[in-house]
Amino acid sequence: MRALAALLLLLVSAAPGWAAGPLTYNLKPVAIAPDTWVFEGTREHFTRTNGGNILNPGFIVTDDGVIVIQTGPSRRFGEEMRAAIATVTDKPIRKVFISNLHPDYWLGNRAFADVPIAALPGTIEGIKTEGPGMTENMYRLVGDWMRGTEPLVPTETVYGSTVVFGAHRLRLIPLEGHTVADLAILDETTGVLFAGGVVFSDRTPTTPHADIGQWLAALDALDALEVTVLVPNHGRIRTDTAANRAAIAQTRDWLSWLDSTLRERAEAGADMAELLDAPIPERFAGMGVLREEYRRSVSHLWPRIERTILPRVN
Amino acid sequence: MNRHLAAAALLAALSGPALGGPALAGPPDPADPLASVMWDVLRPELFGTAPVQFDERVTVTAPDNAENAAAVPVMADATALGAVEEMVLFADLNPFPVILRFQPLAAKPVIATRFKVQQATPLRAAARTPDGVWHIGGKLLDAAGGGCTAPPATYAAADWADHVGEVQGRAWAPTGEGKATRVRFLVRHPMDTGLVAGIPAYFIEALTLRDADGRALARLQTAEPLSENPVFTLEVQPRAGARSLTLDGRDNQGGEVKAAIPLPWVQGAIQGALP
Repeated sequence: MRALAALLLLLVSAAPGWAAGPLTYNLKPVAIAPDTWVFEGTREHFTRTNGGNILNPGFIVTDDGVIVIQTGPSRRFGEEMRAAIATVTDKPIRKVFISNLHPDYWLGNRAFADVPIAALPGTIEGIKTEGPGMTENMYRLVGDWMRGTEPLVPTETVYGSTVVFGAHRLRLIPLEGHTVADLAILDETTGVLFAGGVVFSDRTPTTPHADIGQWLAALDALDALEVTVLVPNHGRIRTDTAANRAAIAQTRDWLSWLDSTLRERAEAGADMAELLDAPIPERFAGMGVLREEYRRSVSHLWPRIERTILPRVN
Repeated sequence: MNRHLAAAALLAALSGPALGGPALAGPPDPADPLASVMWDVLRPELFGTAPVQFDERVTVTAPDNAENAAAVPVMADATALGAVEEMVLFADLNPFPVILRFQPLAAKPVIATRFKVQQATPLRAAARTPDGVWHIGGKLLDAAGGGCTAPPATYAAADWADHVGEVQGRAWAPTGEGKATRVRFLVRHPMDTGLVAGIPAYFIEALTLRDADGRALARLQTAEPLSENPVFTLEVQPRAGARSLTLDGRDNQGGEVKAAIPLPWVQGAIQGALP
């Protein structure tokens, strides 16, 4: 038995993936505006290679302490984030904001257990009920990166308001549509918008908790804001007004196309399974994980649409 | 899983592939392209000693990953075989492997539905041609799983029992080759597997789609893995001029399913039916 264990150990340590040493996200804060940094995630789905690093969490350094926006997909990510923040400033963490209930936004919370973690009421309720299941699924999807990760429900409820930390005025904007509660944060001082779950940029939107009609209304609300730098929850960061509008327009275009296509095909008699490989217009080809997220969206949106086109017959 | 199947699985696990297969007349079985650990058990269970072949003409369309373990879409199509007498849809590693059996009496050998998946599994469709050969196609389905042991969402509504047996359905005018009428229907039912603690098995076990004159067009033997409020897509050939199809069936507690699905108006159909 011992010999077998030794042999296994030898094989494992010789495997190429392990030669690089322990798992690390290698997080590098990127300055995007005065006092404001972002950790840019990949435009992929959760994998055992990226460890769930697909989000764009960020932080704002104020005279009143550091404001952290999203904590990432795992405890390890949260800890690495905190260490990376310490390379930029020695100010303490003042508060954490979590934009919605999806696991990559808040599973790093354990690394920030000593500070207030704020979220909208709907997000807190969602994490309470769905958090354990989502956490288990993340272990399945990304494996060892998740070690030591347990759900930590946000500790502070916030609503739509403007809050001031040092010289930074943050407008908290409650939206819905991507999930039941999506918190966007506009830093009025710098014009940076952390779009929460609502804007995707060159990365296909995710719809497991989506209401498309509400989501489109949320995009209209963000479109009306004066924004210098737009931090989409997933995908490329946009740094001028035209590009900001383009990211919002791309998300709107995708959601509109998706919703109308599923409705038209349902009306014409197509079955859900036939939609899986349906053609996607060329203009969306540049968006990350296109076919995979499209298929997930069919699973999320189709059953409800189908019921609306089947009349009662008994 | 019934006791017989459990015993057979245990035996297969103990004896390995060399001894696990049944003693068959004729040539040995081809190797399972999906390399399923359950194949040696399911083969005699589902097909007895009838000849089987793995056949790409039987297609199974389903996602690679089950996004919702309680409702995985699947479409099985054996049209390329020509005449088919019976089809079986099954997921090897589900606690109840058989999802449904389907006799396309006056229908194309095509069926689509949604089902619950308990863990990653091979997903297959087998179609029996008139010569008695089972033709089997399939694919691997990855899943977080748990679909068979999660309580249905139905019970969240206090009045769920008032709606059991309600049918929503629609037929589309025939198009393309073979001129079959596409029909989709949804039956409100919790489809309990019996595997959730405190909730007994409660599922629809038979459905028949009939022409206006009562002639059966398609017979379905439905099983535990079908999703709650199951949905089916079929392609049937009613006689020309028929104005509606009837659906009848029952669940395992004797509950009745009965509905009439209007057929779309087809220009010239009535004239065609006149003598």
